[in-house]
Amino acid sequence: MADFGGEATEGFRAEVKRWLKDHFPPALKGGSLLQYMEGPSPRNSDVKAWIAAMGETGWGVPTWPKALGGGGLSKEEARVLAQEMNAVGAWNPIGGMGVMMFGPTLLEYGNETQKQTHIPPIARSEIRWCQGFSEPGAGSDLASLQTKCEDKGDHWLVNGSKIWTSGAQWADWCFCLVRTDTSKKHEGISFLLIDMKSPGVEVKPIRLISGNSPFCETFFTDVKVPKENLVGPLGGGWTIAKRLLQHERAGLAGGGGSMGRGGLFAAPMHQLAKEYVEADEGGRIADDDLRSRITGHEIEARAFQLTAIRSLVESRSNQGPSSATSIMKNAGSRIAQERAELTLEVLGAQGLGWEGEGFNADELAAVRGWLGGKAYSIYGGSAEIQNNIISKRILGLPDPLGSSSH
Amino acid sequence: MAVLTEEQSLLRDAARTWTQEKSPVSAFRKVRNSGVALGYDQAAFAEMAEMGWTGVIIPEEYGGSDFGWLSLGLILEETGRTLTASPILSSSVAAGAIVLAGTDAQKQHWLTKLASGEVVGALAVDEGPHHNPAKVALKAEKAGAGWKLTGKKTFVLEGPAAGLLVVSAKTDGGVSLFLVPGDAKGVAKHALKLADSRGAANIDFDGVEVGADALLGEEGKGGPLLDKILDRARAALAAEMLGSALQAFETTLDYLKTRVQFGQVIGSFQALQHRAAKMFTDLELSRSCVEAALTAIDNDGAEVSELVSLAKAKMGDTLHLVSNEMVQMHGGIGMTDEHDAGLYLKRARAQETAFGGQAFHRDRYARLQGF
Repeated sequence: MADFGGEATEGFRAEVKRWLKDHFPPALKGGSLLQYMEGPSPRNSDVKAWIAAMGETGWGVPTWPKALGGGGLSKEEARVLAQEMNAVGAWNPIGGMGVMMFGPTLLEYGNETQKQTHIPPIARSEIRWCQGFSEPGAGSDLASLQTKCEDKGDHWLVNGSKIWTSGAQWADWCFCLVRTDTSKKHEGISFLLIDMKSPGVEVKPIRLISGNSPFCETFFTDVKVPKENLVGPLGGGWTIAKRLLQHERAGLAGGGGSMGRGGLFAAPMHQLAKEYVEADEGGRIADDDLRSRITGHEIEARAFQLTAIRSLVESRSNQGPSSATSIMKNAGSRIAQERAELTLEVLGAQGLGWEGEGFNADELAAVRGWLGGKAYSIYGGSAEIQNNIISKRILGLPDPLGSSSH
Repeated sequence: MAVLTEEQSLLRDAARTWTQEKSPVSAFRKVRNSGVALGYDQAAFAEMAEMGWTGVIIPEEYGGSDFGWLSLGLILEETGRTLTASPILSSSVAAGAIVLAGTDAQKQHWLTKLASGEVVGALAVDEGPHHNPAKVALKAEKAGAGWKLTGKKTFVLEGPAAGLLVVSAKTDGGVSLFLVPGDAKGVAKHALKLADSRGAANIDFDGVEVGADALLGEEGKGGPLLDKILDRARAALAAEMLGSALQAFETTLDYLKTRVQFGQVIGSFQALQHRAAKMFTDLELSRSCVEAALTAIDNDGAEVSELVSLAKAKMGDTLHLVSNEMVQMHGGIGMTDEHDAGLYLKRARAQETAFGGQAFHRDRYARLQGF
């Protein structure tokens, strides 16, 4: 691809090349952070060194301000960095909710002290954040949340419980939505930062249908929180939360293509079908009905993949935001779930294994992936909520009479 | 929307302005009501040709602009929006066939006439109710220095107006393609009255004699060539379908925002909102496929056939859904001839069927993927 960077960018490119040569451990080539995670964090010494090196330069969050530990790069420079990293098989080891969701939100809404305190450790991947939004009684209707936050003069006093807090068992801090006023729904919500080591914080992992426990219940009992941990104005939490959820959905949409692969076979579905079901003399899937449904699925998956590319190309051009972006979460999760269901069907009885002998690792992973993937259309705004958002924000259709959703 | 060049943006804007002003749905309705056998307005087609739309895929030396298939798609998306009936698609496909395989003499003779709009071109491929280009019974036998064609073709789009027919025929060596003048002796056109009111014909070839120079490409090697020609037709048609589907959707959306029942606009009901969101999603997915197919043709990419079948299948499903929902969401008014919903519904099925329906292209996609 042509590079329109000019000389200044070329100087930077040379710098990046040199730096990568000195700092990227060749043994990690082509990997990803996920594959080195052992529970809460990686133990591999190469990975630790790579995290430290990227944290030092701030290039894990390339466009965040230099003074706060970011890379301080222009968009163009960030692109050069990504190209050069890609060229040598290097990957970004700085990630998680702090980078994806909380950091960008705090940069926009936090005060100077809050940014100085919290942004640099995120840029160095030293502090892990979790999200305290959903509650047992507040899922899709998030704004009905009840976790109480009282002003006790020199501190806040928090009581209540949160659910689906991903990684809470390993998190150092929690960004939390709390109710500071019970007389108003949306305007009674504030955005509070809570140290997970505070007395009164209790975390219980939740066992899911897949057998995994990626989420927790988090209980707050008379937890004292310093006054300076309130982000934005009192009662201004809903606005901040909406912004943060945009960052979350952007992240999920970007991962939509990879949602389809979670725990599933690397081989194309039609190949699996020939192996597990049967092929006819012409080398085609013998079961006509299955063949036609697999074809339908592969067509949808290809259309989704082309749309992901188009959305990226369009948002990089100067046409303004791509209208395709809004559909990505629903389309991506639907296709991924369809893929998981079809895979199971293709595997037949081999797709019913839970653990132990009689099943290979791929077969077992397919079962767990099928179950775990049911979450795709529930988290980050359920499929129904996404349809509401498309209807209202993109298509301009009105709220029903008497409804007060935001 | 794909990222366009400046030329393409200008072309699209011109097409949008012209169709909205000169060729709204009411213009098509007038053509339909007039019962004209050609199925389109000749004066309007002359204006389109004047603007250069008939030459978009024709090289400059033969009077075209050589902007490519994505550019043609931009025009067809706009004409599809207003259901504008014209032979642009059909003529461009015939021209595309000659660009792909024509001799210098064939190009010289036909392309300039197709570019100027003087001649309308049409593809005569199918012989039964279903698209099946591999099944050719029409025979071409050597006759003197030339050939003699005997057989019949069905559902030839723009057949009534065609001055040039690109005909697939069986020869000793296999399938071969011929360029046959529409008024050649022995050609009998039977114009069809279709539900969507566009021009189409069944055509009999009764010992039609043509010269040796009528053979397009090599004798017996017409199969792969025909595939390439058809892929251009399918992708261009998919672009037109995208326009029709978008307009059907937008017209429906407007209705949801204005029709009041139970004291509120019906677009406030979630049962309708989520169906609208699904249509929007399918339209976005379809656009990606259509643009990818046209772009692959322009780039002579390796995956043209896959992407074209993907586009025709996905776009067909989406148009099918949107055209049905257009009638349903409009309720009673959507059932009246006075409303446009019926026009979009009828056009939709004709577009879906032409050059292979969803089932044909799903099957072809699977075969191309090796299963």
